[in-house]
Amino acid sequence: MFLINCPYCGERDQQEFKAGGEAHIERPKQPTELSDDEWAEYLFMRKNIKGVQYERWNHAHGCRKWFNVVRDTSNDEIKAIYKMGEKPPSQ
Amino acid sequence: MTKNLRVKSSKYVDETNRISFKFNGKTYHGFKGDTLASALLANNVHLVGRSFKYHRPRGIMTSGSEEPNAIVQINPGTDRTEPNVRATEVEIYEGLEASSQNCWPSVQFDIGGINNFLSPFFPAGFYYKTFMWPASFWEKYEFFIRHSAGLGKSPTSSDPDIYDHRNVHYDVLVVGAGISGILAAKNAAKNNFKTLLVDEKNELGGSTIFENNEFNKIDNKTPSEWLKKEIEELKEIKNLEIKTRTSVAAYHQYNYLLARENLTDHLESKDKTNKIRQRLIKIRAKKVILATGALERPMIFNNNDRPGIMLSSAVKKYSEFYGVACGSKNVFFTNNDSAYESALSLYNKGINVEAIIDIREQSESKIVNKIKETGIKIYWSHSIVDTAGYKRLNSVSIMKLSNDGTSVTGNKISISCDCLGVAGGWTPAVHLYTQSGSKLKFDEEKKVFLPNQSTSDQISVGSCGGDFKIDEIINNLNQKLKDTLNINETDLDNIKIEIDQENSKRNIWLLPSDKPLGKTKPFVDYQNDATAKDIKLALREGFRSIEHVKRYTTTGMGTDQGKLGNMHALGIIADTAGVKMGELGTTTFRPPYTPLTFGTIVGRSVGKFFDIFRKTPINDWHVENKAEFENVGQWKRAWYYPINGETMHQAVQRESKAVRESAGILDASTLGKIDIQGSDASEFLNRVYTNAWSKLAIGKCRYGLMLNEDGMVYDDGVTTRLGENHYIMTTTTGGAANVLGKLEDYLQTEWPELDVYLTSVTDHYATASLCGPNSKKILKKIIPDLDLSDENFPHMSFKEANIGNIQCRIMRISFTGEHSYEINVQASYGKDLWEKCMEAGQEFNITPYGTETMHLLRAEKGFIIVGQDTDGTMTPIDLQMDWIVSKKKYDFIGKRSLYRSDTMREDRKQLVGLLTDDPNIVLEEGAQIVSELNQSPVEMLGHVTSSYFSPNLNKSIALAVVRGGKNMMGKKLFVPMENKNINVTVANPVFYDEKNERLNA
Ligand SMILES: [Zn+2]
Repeated sequence: MFLINCPYCGERDQQEFKAGGEAHIERPKQPTELSDDEWAEYLFMRKNIKGVQYERWNHAHGCRKWFNVVRDTSNDEIKAIYKMGEKPPSQ
Repeated sequence: MTKNLRVKSSKYVDETNRISFKFNGKTYHGFKGDTLASALLANNVHLVGRSFKYHRPRGIMTSGSEEPNAIVQINPGTDRTEPNVRATEVEIYEGLEASSQNCWPSVQFDIGGINNFLSPFFPAGFYYKTFMWPASFWEKYEFFIRHSAGLGKSPTSSDPDIYDHRNVHYDVLVVGAGISGILAAKNAAKNNFKTLLVDEKNELGGSTIFENNEFNKIDNKTPSEWLKKEIEELKEIKNLEIKTRTSVAAYHQYNYLLARENLTDHLESKDKTNKIRQRLIKIRAKKVILATGALERPMIFNNNDRPGIMLSSAVKKYSEFYGVACGSKNVFFTNNDSAYESALSLYNKGINVEAIIDIREQSESKIVNKIKETGIKIYWSHSIVDTAGYKRLNSVSIMKLSNDGTSVTGNKISISCDCLGVAGGWTPAVHLYTQSGSKLKFDEEKKVFLPNQSTSDQISVGSCGGDFKIDEIINNLNQKLKDTLNINETDLDNIKIEIDQENSKRNIWLLPSDKPLGKTKPFVDYQNDATAKDIKLALREGFRSIEHVKRYTTTGMGTDQGKLGNMHALGIIADTAGVKMGELGTTTFRPPYTPLTFGTIVGRSVGKFFDIFRKTPINDWHVENKAEFENVGQWKRAWYYPINGETMHQAVQRESKAVRESAGILDASTLGKIDIQGSDASEFLNRVYTNAWSKLAIGKCRYGLMLNEDGMVYDDGVTTRLGENHYIMTTTTGGAANVLGKLEDYLQTEWPELDVYLTSVTDHYATASLCGPNSKKILKKIIPDLDLSDENFPHMSFKEANIGNIQCRIMRISFTGEHSYEINVQASYGKDLWEKCMEAGQEFNITPYGTETMHLLRAEKGFIIVGQDTDGTMTPIDLQMDWIVSKKKYDFIGKRSLYRSDTMREDRKQLVGLLTDDPNIVLEEGAQIVSELNQSPVEMLGHVTSSYFSPNLNKSIALAVVRGGKNMMGKKLFVPMENKNINVTVANPVFYDEKNERLNA
C-alpha cells in the first residue's frame, strides 16, 4: 500500500487512487483514417514492464483528477508525478 | 506422575496468584504470569501434540512465537474457541481450557501414530504421489486424510468478540523491545521523534532481561540489571508510546506496517465481554527500526524431535523468567557457548545438569571455564547419534565426531536424561525485513542471512542485524541511530562494556549418525515432519530451486513458516548440491509473521457493516408495504410486492398485468444521473454516444447508447436537454459510477479543450416512474394546471412543474412501452411524491411494481438491459440496434471498432427473440442453444439472456444471443436441458406492441 503524492491534494494512501494503465497513449485524432492494424495498436497494445513504467492514475476518492506517475513496478518506488498534458521528465 | 518443577520465585510470575486451568480435560495449576507452556512444564507435561504426518509425540520446543509443536486449541467447544494457537504465547487465566490438536482419540494414544511405523512409505511428495490414482479412490483417501490430519477445529458459532482497526502515524516505529529496541526507542523519542515501540510479549526487555551471565557487564552491572534501569526511565520520556502484546504481522513497502494488538486474550472470560479483543493497527512510519532479535536454531540429528528436546535458550528462559525447570536430569547439546549460559543458570538454581555435548574441539571462554569448575561433564567433539523415549526423552546416545564432521567413530555412550537443551547458533529474525521487499546477503563467517539493501527508510539493529554480542550490539546501534536519526550524540556514547569472548565456532547442518541416513529421522521441519532425508530425496529427484524443494517436501510450509528449520534446509541443500548458501538464496517470508484471526483482519466490517448499501428516499415505504428487495450494485431495490402470501411469480404476473391494464408505479431513484453543463456539452454528447445530439431541442429527451473504444456496448440511458448548455444524463443503476469516471477520463485526458462540467446528482433526486394507460389521468390529478396533451407534452419530452410547492422535473419517457412519466423531485420529497401518486392513483388501482416486473415488461418490448442481455462482447449491430448508430458523425467512442474485421463478421452472436413451441415452458436464463440434437460434441450457438412468462401475451418469451441469429428468423432450434430438450423458434425480439401505439394511448 504505497503513498501517492497527488499533484492537486498532496500525499495520500494508494487506496484513494485508481490505476489507469499505461500513460502517453494518445487517442488517434482521425480514427477513420486508420487501418485495422493501426487501430488495434492503439486499442489493445499495452506495455507491462518490470521496472520503470509510465502510468496514468486517478485520485478517484479525492479530487478525481487524472495525472501521470513514473513508477518502478519491481518495488513500487515512484520516481516522478506530473499533470496531464505535461511533458514526462527526461528518462 | 505430576510433580512440581517450580524452582525459584521469579519477578515475572506471581506465586501469590494461583490459577487453575485445564489441558486435555485435566486440571492443572499455574501462576499469574505463566504461559500455558511454562505452566504445563511446571507440571512436568512435555507431551502436548502429535506431528502432522507421522503423528509422532511432540513437546514444547521453544518459549516464543516460533514454536512449531505446541499448537493447541483454546477453549474447545465454546464460541470463543481458537485453533492453532501456540501454547508458548498463551498467558494463562482462571478457567482457561486448552487441548491438543491432530490426535485421535487422545494425545497419549493416537491411532495415527501407526504412520510413524509406516514412515518408509511416506517419503517427500507422498501426498502428491499417492493420492493421484486411481481417481475413483479419492473419496476414500479424503475420508482418511480428513480424519487423521487437521490443524484444529474452527468455531461453529459466530464470534462474540469485537475487533477494531486503527490508523496511526509516527516518525519512528521500533519493532521489538529487547535491549536494542529499548535503546533505539529511548534515543529517538528523546530527540523529538514521535516514536512507537511495540513488542509481542507482555513484558519489555527481550532475552536480555533475564541475562545473568556474570562475565558480561554494562557499566559494571549485569545486562539484566542495567536494562531494568533503562526500562524504568522509559516512563519519563515524552513522545514515546509503548504497546506490548502487539505483534507486527506485515511490513509492506513505503514503511506501512500492520500490527495486531492483543487486548483481552489474557483476561478471564467474564472480563472479556464488551471489550475490543484484538486491534489491527495500521502504522505509517517515516523511519522503521527493526529490533526483532534472533531465533535460536536447533540441530539436525537422528530423532531430534522427542518431547523433552528443547531449544537451550528456552530451557534458560523457563528457568530464569518463569522459575520452571524443564527437566530433572538435563543435558545440553551445542555448537557454541550459549548452552553454557543455560547450563549455568540451571546449576545455580540447584537443578541437575548431567552433561554438555559440544561438537567443537574446545572453547576457552570464561563461561566455559566456569562450567568446567562445576564438574559438569563436557564431551568435546561429540555428537548425538540417537535419542530414546517415545512420549518423553529418556536418554541420548553420543559418539565422537570425525575431524571433517561427516561421520562418527568410537564407542557409543548412552546418557540418561529427561530434557535436552539444543543450541545450534542464532538466526537473525529477518522476516519483517524481507517482507518490506529488502534484500539479504549471506554472511559466510556467521552463517546467517543479514540485511543488505533496504528499499525504505529503515535499519535493523541488534541481533536481527547480525550483532550478537553486547559490545557489538551497543556500538553498532549507536552508530546506526546517529546516522538514521541524524543526531550527534546519544545515551550510548559513554557506556563501559565488558564481554566474555567466544572464539571457537563449528557449524554442521546435518549431523551424522552411526546408522545410514535412510534409517534415521533427522527432522528439519517439525510441524510438517520434513526430514533431511526428504530434502536429499527431492534433490535426487531433480528439484533444484529452493522454492520447489520447499513445496515438494513441505519444509517451512506449516503455520510456523519453518522459523526454526529453514536455515538447516538451505544448508543441507547447499552441502548436497555443492553450492554456496549465498548463491542458493532464501525462500520468501510472507505476511503474517504469526497467524492473525479473521476477526482482526475484518475489524468492524461484519454484519450490516460487511458491505455498504444504499437506500432510496422512498425505501421506508417499500419496507412498510412488505416489498422483497434485491441488490443492484450497492443499492437495495424493491424487487416485487407480494400480497396475501403470493409467490414471486404470482406477484410479478399481477403487477405486470396491472401496469398494462391501468397504472403502475416504480421507484427509479437508483438510476445514475449526471448533470452536464458547458458550452461544449452538445459536442461532448456527440462524442460519447453513438447517435447525434446537436439537433436535440431544449426540453426534449433522447435515448443514447454508449460504447467502449472496442465498440462494445457499455451503458445506456435517456438524456434530456434542459437548456442551451445544460443536459441531464441518466445511466444504468449499476453503471453510474463507472460512466462518470469514464466521461471524466475523456474530458481530462483526451479532450481537455472542451468546456464541459460533470456533476453526479444521483443522490440529489428521487424518481417515481408513473406508468400505464391511466398514468396521464393520475398525473393530471396531482398537477391540474400542467397541460398533458400530446401536443404540449409529447413522448420524449420534458417539463418542469410544481406539486404544491415541490418543484419537479418530469420526463415523458418509457421503459415499459406504456404511456409513462418519470417524475424527479428533490430527494427529501421522494416519499411525499410517491404517496401523492398512490393516493391519486387509488381509483385506478395503481400498483407498485418492482424491478422484476420492470424487467418482464421491457422484455415484452425487446428493450435490452446492459449487463443482462449484453456482456461486454456485444456491439450495437449485434443487438440489432443499427438504427442508433449515426452514419454521419465523423467519430464517437468506439466507432472505428465497429468496422474491424472481427466486429463485422456475420456469424457473431446476435440478439434475437426466442419462443418456445410449448408456450407454457419458460426457458432458464443462461441455458445453451443448439441446432442439432444427435451430435456430439455439438456446437453451442448461444444462450438465453432473459426469459419470462408474459401475462399480457399469455405465453413464454425469451431474449437470447445466437451465432448468426439475425438471419435465422423463424428457424427451429433446441435448448437441451438435463432431462428434456426444449424446441424453440427464433423470433423478432419485440414481442408486444411492435408499432409503439401504446406510448400515446
Ligand atoms: Zn487529488
